[in-house]
Order: sequence, then structure tokens, then C-alpha cells
Amino acid sequence: MASLKDLRNRIASVKATQKITKAMQMVAAAKLRRAQQAAEAARPYAQRMESVLGNIAGAISGGPDAPLLLTGTGKDETHLLIVLTAERGLCGAFNSSIVRLARERALSLMAQGKTVKIFCVGRKGHDALRRQFEKQIVEAVELRANKGATFADAQKIAEKIGAMFAAGEFDVATQFFSRFQSVISQVPTAQQLIPATFAAPAEAPKGSEAVYEYEPGEAEILADLLPRNLAVQIFKALLENGASEQGARMSAMDNATRNAGEMIKKQTLTYNRTRQAMITKELIEIISGAEAL
Amino acid sequence: MATFPFELVSPERLVYSGAVTEVIVPGAEGEFGILAGHAPFVSTLKPGVLTIKGDGPAKKLFVRGGFAEANPAGLTVLAETAIPLAELKAENLAQMIRDAQEDVEDARDESIRASRQQFLEQLKSAAAAIEADARTSH
Repeated sequence: MASLKDLRNRIASVKATQKITKAMQMVAAAKLRRAQQAAEAARPYAQRMESVLGNIAGAISGGPDAPLLLTGTGKDETHLLIVLTAERGLCGAFNSSIVRLARERALSLMAQGKTVKIFCVGRKGHDALRRQFEKQIVEAVELRANKGATFADAQKIAEKIGAMFAAGEFDVATQFFSRFQSVISQVPTAQQLIPATFAAPAEAPKGSEAVYEYEPGEAEILADLLPRNLAVQIFKALLENGASEQGARMSAMDNATRNAGEMIKKQTLTYNRTRQAMITKELIEIISGAEAL
Repeated sequence: MATFPFELVSPERLVYSGAVTEVIVPGAEGEFGILAGHAPFVSTLKPGVLTIKGDGPAKKLFVRGGFAEANPAGLTVLAETAIPLAELKAENLAQMIRDAQEDVEDARDESIRASRQQFLEQLKSAAAAIEADARTSH
């Protein structure tokens, strides 16, 4: 049985851990608010982009001069999986659930005889996938851990992917990230980037919306905007991921704090019992000693 | 003068939103002014100066990359970069031009080189316009 000193030490160490998890939870809560604001601020841009592109793409997609980014290469052989994860751990199942989704997809594609290439963004995903898919990982990008994702980061990633696509290194690109639903629920999601898919315009354009005039032509606009759209989609995913990460970390740390509290309670009880048992034992010894005289 | 709603959006935030009387946009095929009741119109942007005219003095911003969409509901400009001229430092612009210059030199095939060269020219002319603007306003 542990001595009183051991118990005291153990309680002190759990208390220290609890303080850390509590602090991390509060930091995550503050960061979550900022991440959510960033995600909200980015929404109008992505929405407008999508609606304009949707309009133009609908008109042109059947045509022969539709850009490859929109129609794809017409093949389905080589898949690029872009796995967006966090730089840091201690955020519950956040990283592992994204990685699991990507891994399942990679394995099922490989089982179908397709070539799989993996593009890792974020250190955690790279760490998790490195062992199993060493040959498939073509690129790994790390983000700065402390600041939220900036559009420049997304642009850099999009440029790399665009260059790879232009060089014919893959046919289909899909990104994996975690969609932020609420603090307690983040949904790992796969989104196809190339060929680009657009939700059909939500409702038929109202009568007042006359036909747009395009300058330069529709095809040129599309060719200009599609690469930008790639960056915007990646940026959106990075922001969603940022909010999800903080949300996941917050609830994970909340759990950890609660568990530490329970542990402290249990150990304090044992500590007090042991202490009392010792006092009783000593008293009995003294009394029986006195009686023997 | 009639006003219309105008929004300038960058990927990171909503830069400007409000009622204005006129906006001058650096379109890919030339600058154009938008007044209230403009016909539906979509144009890509070249790097340059966007001027917002409304109440008070005109606001000028440096924009690059993106497009403008005018419809009966107003005008929306989506720009990857939107910086008020007052906050734009000459060094920043010089850096952008240097980067563009390097891009031109790095270009592997001819069509990419041509498009990057064009971008560089546009950036240079925007820089010249901004300098001229700075001189007149002082």
C-alpha cells in the first residue's frame, strides 16, 4: 500500500495536470472564437465566388473549350488526396478521424487498382500517414502552429496543386478536412476539388436577373477564376479545420479537467482514510501500551 | 446622385460595404465606372486602383486578383488583395513587382511567360498610377 507521502505527491501531480488542461481549455475557447470569426468573415467571398462560377460553369461546361480544371482529364486513374490536419495534438479525435477517412479512401482506391498520391498539410497528418503510405506521400506542408491559416498559405498550396495538375500528375483531387458543426461535433469531410463541382444554383434566377455581359469572354473568366477558386476552397477548408481543431481541443480538455477532478477526489479520499487508519493504529498502540503497565 | 449598394470582399474579410454613388474598377480590359442601375456585368480585375465615390472624399484602394460583378442588386468586387492606398507602402509594391519579375523568369513555357509578363506590366502601370496619385495629393 502506498505511503502517505506517495499519495500526497500523486495528488499534487494530478492537480498540476488539471491546471494545465484547464488553461488549455480556456485558450482553446478564446482561439475558437477567433477561428469562428475568421471562418465567418471568409464566407461571403467563397459564396460569391461559387455563385458566379456556378453561373458561368453551367453555361460553358458542355462546350469543347471548357477548361480542364472544370471537366477533369476525362480519366479516373490517379487520385490526389489532400489531407488537412492540425499542427498539434491534444485535441481529441480531431486529427485521427480525418486521417482515418483519408486512409479508408486511399485503401479502397488502391484496392480498385488506382494510383493514389497523398498531399499532407499539417504535421499531425503527415506523422500518422507516413508509416503506412510512405511511397504515396508526394508532398508535405507544415503550417505555422500558432497563427490561424492565412489566404497566402492556401494560395501556396493551391499553386502547388495547380502545377501538379498542369503537369498531369493526377486526374482527381479530393481534400479531407473537418467541417465545424459545433463545439462538440466536427464532421470529417471529403470534398472533390478537381474536377470542380458546383452546387446547382439554389433557385432559378429571378426574372429581373437579365443575362450577364462578360468581359473578357466567359471562357477567359472561367480560366482565370478556377485556379483562384481552388485557393478559396482550400482556404475555406483550412479555416473550418482551424475552428474544428479548437472546438475539439476545448471539449477534449474539458473532459481531461473533469477526469482529473474525479481522480483528485478519489485519491484525497484514500489519503484521508490512510491518515485516519494510521492515527487509529497509533492510538491503539499507545492505549494498549498504557494498559500493559 | 443615386446611390447603390457596393461590397468589396477579400478572402479574409469584408473590406467595404455601403451605399456609394460611383465605383471605378480596374477591369482586365480597361478601367470602368459603375453607376447606379448598371446592366448585369461580370469582369475580371487587373492589378490597379479601385476608387469609391460616395459621401466625403473618394476612397482609393489597391486591388489585385479577382472579379467584379454588377447586377440590379448592386456591385460586388471580389479581390484577393485589397489595401487602402494610404496603408500601401512603396516597398510592398516594389516587392510584388520583384516577385512578378522572378515569376516571369521562372516561367517554363511560352504561354505562361506571356501571361506573367502581362501581369508584370499591369502591376508596373498600377505602381506608376499610385505614384502619380501620391504626388497630386501632396
